Amino acid sequence: MRREPPQTVGDYTPLLFPAAMLTIFFVVPFGTMIAVSFFQRQQGGFYTPAFVFDNYARFLTAFFGGVLGFSLMMAIAVAICCVVLALPFTYMLTRMARSVQVVWLVALLSVLSLSEVIIGFAWSTLFSRTAGITNILVALGLMGEAKALTPSFAAVLTGMVYQAFPYTVLVLFPALVRLDPTLTEAARTLGASPLKAFFTVVVPALRNTIVATLIMVFIFALGSYLLPQLLGRPQHWTLSVLITDQAIYQSNMPFAAAMAVFLVLVTLGLVALTVIAGRKGEAA
Amino acid sequence: MTSIFRKFYFFLIALFLALPLIVVAGVSVNQKQTLAFPPQGFSTSWYGEIFLNPEWRNALMASVTLAVLSAALAVAIALPLAWFLWRRIAPWANVFQLLGVAPFTLPPVITALGLLTFWATVGFYGQPWTAVVSHAIFFVTLPLVTLSLGFTSIDRSLVEAASTMGADERTVFRTVVLPLILPYIVSGYAFAFVLSLNEYIVAYMTVGFTMETLPIKIFNALRYGYTPTMASVTILFVTTAAVIFGLVARFGDLPKLLGAMSSDGK
Repeated sequence: MRREPPQTVGDYTPLLFPAAMLTIFFVVPFGTMIAVSFFQRQQGGFYTPAFVFDNYARFLTAFFGGVLGFSLMMAIAVAICCVVLALPFTYMLTRMARSVQVVWLVALLSVLSLSEVIIGFAWSTLFSRTAGITNILVALGLMGEAKALTPSFAAVLTGMVYQAFPYTVLVLFPALVRLDPTLTEAARTLGASPLKAFFTVVVPALRNTIVATLIMVFIFALGSYLLPQLLGRPQHWTLSVLITDQAIYQSNMPFAAAMAVFLVLVTLGLVALTVIAGRKGEAA
Repeated sequence: MTSIFRKFYFFLIALFLALPLIVVAGVSVNQKQTLAFPPQGFSTSWYGEIFLNPEWRNALMASVTLAVLSAALAVAIALPLAWFLWRRIAPWANVFQLLGVAPFTLPPVITALGLLTFWATVGFYGQPWTAVVSHAIFFVTLPLVTLSLGFTSIDRSLVEAASTMGADERTVFRTVVLPLILPYIVSGYAFAFVLSLNEYIVAYMTVGFTMETLPIKIFNALRYGYTPTMASVTILFVTTAAVIFGLVARFGDLPKLLGAMSSDGK
């Protein structure tokens, strides 16, 4: 049965349900959120329809600038750490036996699917004074006394890298599987060491993939909404945390919505960049 | 890469991924209500607690019900859409493909907030079924991607043969397309199910004040009183995810599902 354009109105029926669901429950809520971002906030957590820019004007404060700067810096740090760790790992994984690959992929998917609540809980336990990693160091005689490693910037960074690492591997995986193995074989035959072959052949051949992955992990890290709250201090809060906080605890929906719209714009801009990077990759 | 370096590197990554879970597993077998590690005494009572304590049991039931229903709804949305895009030439319909992928690509808090304002505006805020719809939309990406991949792997000449032999559209779908696409339906459902089980922010923003799912329950316990049950639930979740993904890998082609087309050695 060849692919053909729909002949009759009846041919469109399979599209009805998905289109209706996605429109009503994704497009409309998205529009509602944009509308609310222009609403006027009332005392007591309510808001009334209006068309004001007050919520966006709050972006111009030093506090918001600080949060935005920190969020972007944090996401960049997470993206770089993840790609640096995951690139050699994924490369070696794709060269392994299939059965080994499958075991690793199952493990990575299991960690990836973990709730942020669970990751936050697990790392706060690992960094705590009573049950933490420092107890192991004390038991080994490397440390005098157990101490808490959280809340701290390093704890937030570790938690977010833990969360994003499996995602990074899964994003890199298809590109690395398709990488022509004869490229490295040629380099090896010509006398390059394995390490040299990796850095002078594999990395340059994957330049565009690496850029696209960095951006995707960056977006993924921007979405982290609990780890900065569970593992860090208030100054380590990111935009996603602030949005949740404003919406739920401060009951300031219009401001939360305005920040969310802003976050969408940042994300879409980055997705566009990824697409452009991908296009260049195809042309090369 | 030399093999010693590789083994060492893989060991470090495995340690990094497993360490928090090892500590949590240790905490979950404490004898008393303490989060000590190494554990003091040994007891599996905190695993029993998940099913015996009514609060935890209700949260578990809520999470499982939500995951079962929302994953089914996600597949129900994704299947006709993926089928239509494979069967018909209608470039504008790709808009819906894009809409299906968007909720998962954007930071989750955005979808969550959009749904919160929506349910509040239409007046259903807090109703349990709104969480099912919200999760289905949030996770529709997963069955949509696996199903699209599944359809592209179907050999069109099989379908053509069936229709040349006189099978109508419905018969072709039931006897040829459906059996070929079934593994992809199952894995799409499995992905959506596991992620829905673990999802926090969308559930919290839509029904957080009226209903407790397990992730919400764990978060509340983090704020208002630690108990080793949090640790045992965590281990239960990790094990569930590993078993489900293990089954997907056992009965399907996991590397291929994750985008590695050349996995069959071609």
